[in-house]
Amino acid sequence: MTSRPVDREGPDRLYVVTGGRSRADESTIDIVSLIVSECDPTPGMQSEHVKILRMCRTPTAVVEISSELDLPVGVVKILLCDLLDTGRITARHPSSTPAWAQLPDREILKQVLVGLEKL
Amino acid sequence: MDLKSSEQATRTPLRSTAANGLKIVIVGGFGVGKTTMVRSVSEIRPLSTEETMTRAGVGIDDPEGVQNKTTTTVAFDFGRISLNDEMVLYLFGAPGQQRFWFLWDRLFSGTLGAVVLVDTRRVEDSWYAIDRLEHHKTPFIVALNDFGGPVHGLENVREALSLSDGIPLIHCDARRRDSSKTVLITLVNHLYALSDTQESTP
Repeated sequence: MTSRPVDREGPDRLYVVTGGRSRADESTIDIVSLIVSECDPTPGMQSEHVKILRMCRTPTAVVEISSELDLPVGVVKILLCDLLDTGRITARHPSSTPAWAQLPDREILKQVLVGLEKL
Repeated sequence: MDLKSSEQATRTPLRSTAANGLKIVIVGGFGVGKTTMVRSVSEIRPLSTEETMTRAGVGIDDPEGVQNKTTTTVAFDFGRISLNDEMVLYLFGAPGQQRFWFLWDRLFSGTLGAVVLVDTRRVEDSWYAIDRLEHHKTPFIVALNDFGGPVHGLENVREALSLSDGIPLIHCDARRRDSSKTVLITLVNHLYALSDTQESTP
């Protein structure tokens, strides 16, 4: 597919913060992937990137970043791809994501039960 | 140390060892108590966010599909429970309306399972959600939120929902932590039982 005009329905802000990119490899990032900063923000960095690097000094899920930045999950994933590409963050992806239509790992389920019982 | 933004002061950080995020989705109509349930067990105040998707003529063989492009936006709430040093369970409250399901795979693939939260005064609101969960092969249980009205017999509700016997159906009070906890445990036990069956059937 060639470049498309800006979506008429899409707010301009979303286009601007992602630099108009819409990439495929963001599909590797889950909404509960935990993001960890590997460096501090540097001067001149895009403000959203700065905010992400500050937030992720402790592991922070993609949805939490999305909520905090008030940006849709898909836009945040694109921003995270930039930071991943340049090694500024690392992502801890869910290890349990089962293949399509399969049940979760039994060992995981046991640990979930133990954790819930402690609530 | 400069705490530049106020949000940094109010956010509850995860443990530095947190490494494995898990998902459970609570599906139900408006006002059924999804956020209430999330709040009752979450270690953080429920947060909300949204996802958008642009679809160009999905399922329609139309060479001019570009003109049919529509943007779908769904908002959802979530909370979280740190289960141990590494595992963090995210609970999502998701609206059951039609447009939401276009985004199901993108948001909730790999989810452990789902809770269908039902208001017994509007049982029919849950039909669509149940149908979609079955379609997506997402294991689920059904919980009837107690709104203080007449107590409905579980068997009547099971019949009204055309729910098969194998799917757990329980009463709950989404405002109460212990009750919501029981709902989650019932779901995980159900998943465990299903994986038992799956293992014993070649």
